[in-house]
Amino acid sequence: MIFILQKTLIFTIPLLIVALAGMFAERSGIINIALDGIMIFGAFIGAVVAFNLRKNVPFFVDHNQLLFIVCMLAAALAGALFSLLLSYSAIKFRANQTIGGTALNLLAPAIALFLIKVFTSKDQMEMGMAVDSAGGRHDFSFVIANNNLPDILKIFFDKTYISTFVCIILFIVLSIFMYKTKTGLRIRACGENPQAADSVGINVHKMRYLGTTISGALAGLGGYVYIATVANGTASGAVAGMGFLALAIMIFGNWNPTGIALGSLMFGFLKCLSVVYSQFAFTKNLGLPMYFYNIIPYLAVLIVLAFSAGKSRAPKAEGIPYDKGQR
Amino acid sequence: MEKKKFLEKESTRQIIASLLCILGGLVVGFLVLAILAVFNKNITFGEAVKGILIVLGGPFSSGKNAMFQLGNMIFNATPLIFTGLSVAIAFKTGLFNIGAPGQYLMGAMTSLLVALSIPSASVPPAIIWILALLAGTLAGALWGAIPGFFKAVLNVNEVIICIMTNWIAANVVSWVFNGSKFINYAETKINFIVKTETNNIVTPTLGLDSLFSGGSVKSYIDISIFIAILVAIALNIMMNKTVFGYELKACGFNKNASKYAGMNERRNIILAMAIAGGLAAAGAALWCLNGHQDFKWDTYQTLPADGFNGIVVALLAANNPIGVIFSALFLRFINVGGSNLAANTSFNEYVSQLIIAMIVYFSGFAQYITLLMRTRKKKE
Repeated sequence: MIFILQKTLIFTIPLLIVALAGMFAERSGIINIALDGIMIFGAFIGAVVAFNLRKNVPFFVDHNQLLFIVCMLAAALAGALFSLLLSYSAIKFRANQTIGGTALNLLAPAIALFLIKVFTSKDQMEMGMAVDSAGGRHDFSFVIANNNLPDILKIFFDKTYISTFVCIILFIVLSIFMYKTKTGLRIRACGENPQAADSVGINVHKMRYLGTTISGALAGLGGYVYIATVANGTASGAVAGMGFLALAIMIFGNWNPTGIALGSLMFGFLKCLSVVYSQFAFTKNLGLPMYFYNIIPYLAVLIVLAFSAGKSRAPKAEGIPYDKGQR
Repeated sequence: MEKKKFLEKESTRQIIASLLCILGGLVVGFLVLAILAVFNKNITFGEAVKGILIVLGGPFSSGKNAMFQLGNMIFNATPLIFTGLSVAIAFKTGLFNIGAPGQYLMGAMTSLLVALSIPSASVPPAIIWILALLAGTLAGALWGAIPGFFKAVLNVNEVIICIMTNWIAANVVSWVFNGSKFINYAETKINFIVKTETNNIVTPTLGLDSLFSGGSVKSYIDISIFIAILVAIALNIMMNKTVFGYELKACGFNKNASKYAGMNERRNIILAMAIAGGLAAAGAALWCLNGHQDFKWDTYQTLPADGFNGIVVALLAANNPIGVIFSALFLRFINVGGSNLAANTSFNEYVSQLIIAMIVYFSGFAQYITLLMRTRKKKE
C-alpha cells in the first residue's frame, strides 16, 4: 500500500504543478492550451543543462541534488520565456489564443527534436548517469531514502525526489498568492471582468503577462520534473500528452487549487494502478490486460464529470482579447 | 452597388494575410538554419541556403523521384484533408474538436476489422471496401458524438472529454488488436496490422499510381483524393447553402441566441461533433483501405499525428472547407521538402515542423493584419 502511495505521489506531482500552471494563465484571462508544448520545451532545456553541467562541471557531479535544482530553475526560466510567445501574440496582437497555443505545441517538439538530432544524431536525448570523483554513479536518485520510518511518514520521506518537496511548497505558496494577496486578486479580476479591473486602475495587460509567465514557468518546471522522475531522464520531444491531461485536470478541478489537488491526486493514483497492477495478487488474478488499467483514469474522469456536471465555471473573460474600446 | 477594387475585397485581404504568414514562417525557418550555420563549424552558410530551397521545393527537390514523391504526397494529404474538415466543421459550430486523433483511431480500427474479417472469396471486394469505409465512418461518428453529448446535455467542456476519449480510443485499439489474428506476423511486422491487400481490398487507382511513379516503383496515390475533394465541396455547400449549415454557424456565433431563435442547439452540437468524428474516421479508413499501408496497432502511448495536424490544417484554412484542401496539400508539401532536406544535407526533417509551427503562429496575427489593411485604407 505504501508503495502505491509513493508511486502515486510521483505521478501526481507533475500533473499538480502543470494544472496549477494552466490555472494561472486562465484565471488571468489567457487560455493556455500550450501547456504540453511548454512542458516539452522546459524538459528539453532542463535536459540540455543537466547533460552539459555533468559533462563539464565536476562540482555538480558531486552535488547531484543541487544540479537537480539548477536544472529545475533552468526549465522554469525556459518555460517562462517560451510562454512569452503566447502572451505577446495574445495580448499585443489580440491573436486567437487557441491558434497561438497550438503553434507553441507544434513549435516546442520541432525545436527540441531539430536541435537534439543536429547535435546527437538521435531522436532523443538522455541526461545520462554521471560518475563522481569518488567513482560513484549518479542519476537523479532519491534525495531521501529511509526505510526505518513509520508508514505514514514513508510516503513523503522515503524514496522521495527533491522535486516533490519543491513542487508541493510551490503549489501551496502560489495558491496563497492567488487568493490572499493583492496581486493575486488583480490577476483573477482580469480573468473575470477586465473592463471593471481597468476602470479601477489595474493594468490588465500587465496582469495577463504576469499570469501567463507564471504559468509558463510552472509548466516548464513540470515538464522537467516529469522527465526526471517519471520518464527515465529522457527528453524526446513529447511528454506523453501530460500537458493536455493537466489541462483536463484543471477544468476538472474547476479552476481552483483545491479541485486541482484532488483531481491530480485521483488521476495520479489511478494512473499508477496501470503501472503497479501486475505486482499484486488480487489484480493479477483478475487477468485483465494492461489496457484496461490504462483506460480507468480517463473513464473515471468522464464518469465524475457526468455526475458533477453543471457546476463547472470557467473564468468569464478567458480567451477574449482585452479591448479598451469595449468598456 | 459599386464594385469593389481587387485590393479592397475582404477575400483578397485574407489571402494576402495568409501569404504573409507563410512568408514569415519560411523566414524564421531560414533564420534557424542560418544561425546554426554560424555557430556550427561543420555547416556552411551555403548549406543553409540550399537547405531552405530544398524545403521550398517539396517533392520537386528530389529530381528524378519528383513524380513518385508527388503521388505519395497527394495520397498522404487525403487523411489530413479529412481531419482538417473535421476540426473546421466543429470550429464553425463553436466547438474545439481536439478529439480527432481518437476518432481517427476508431475509424482505422473498425474499417480494418471489417476489411480483414469478411473473406473476399465469398463477398465481392468492392462491397467489402464500401462496408469497411461506412463502418469506419460510423464508428468515428459515434465516438465523436460522445463529447458532443457531454457538451450539449451536461454542459461539460468538450476539450476535456475529447482528450479523455482520445486516450481511451488509443487503449481500446491496442486492446482489440492485441494477440489477434490481424497482426502482421507474416512479414514479421508485429507492431502493425495485416495490409488489406492480402484480402484483395484495395482502393481503385485508375492508373494514377503508374502515372505518379518512380520508374518501376508505383506511388500509393489512389482515388481517395477525389473523394476528399468531393466531400470538402459538399461540406462547403452544406455550411453555406443549407438551413442545417446555417444553424450550425448560428450555434457557433452565439449558442444562446440560436436557442432563442428556436433552433435545437443541443441536437446541433451533437450532430456537429458526430459529423466531425465521422470525417476524421473516414480519412483514417481511406488511408487504411488503400491496401498497402502499415497501421500501427500498438498505439496506446501515442496518438496519431494526423489527428492533431487536422487542427493545423483547419487553422491555416481559416475553417473554410475548400481552403482545407489546399492547406493540407501545402502541409504535406513542406513535410516532403523536410524529408528531402534530411536526405541531402546535415540538417534534419524537423525543420519542416518548425516552419509549419511558425506559420500557424503567424496565422494568429492574420486577423490583425487584415484589420491593419482596412484601417490604412480608411485613412487614405
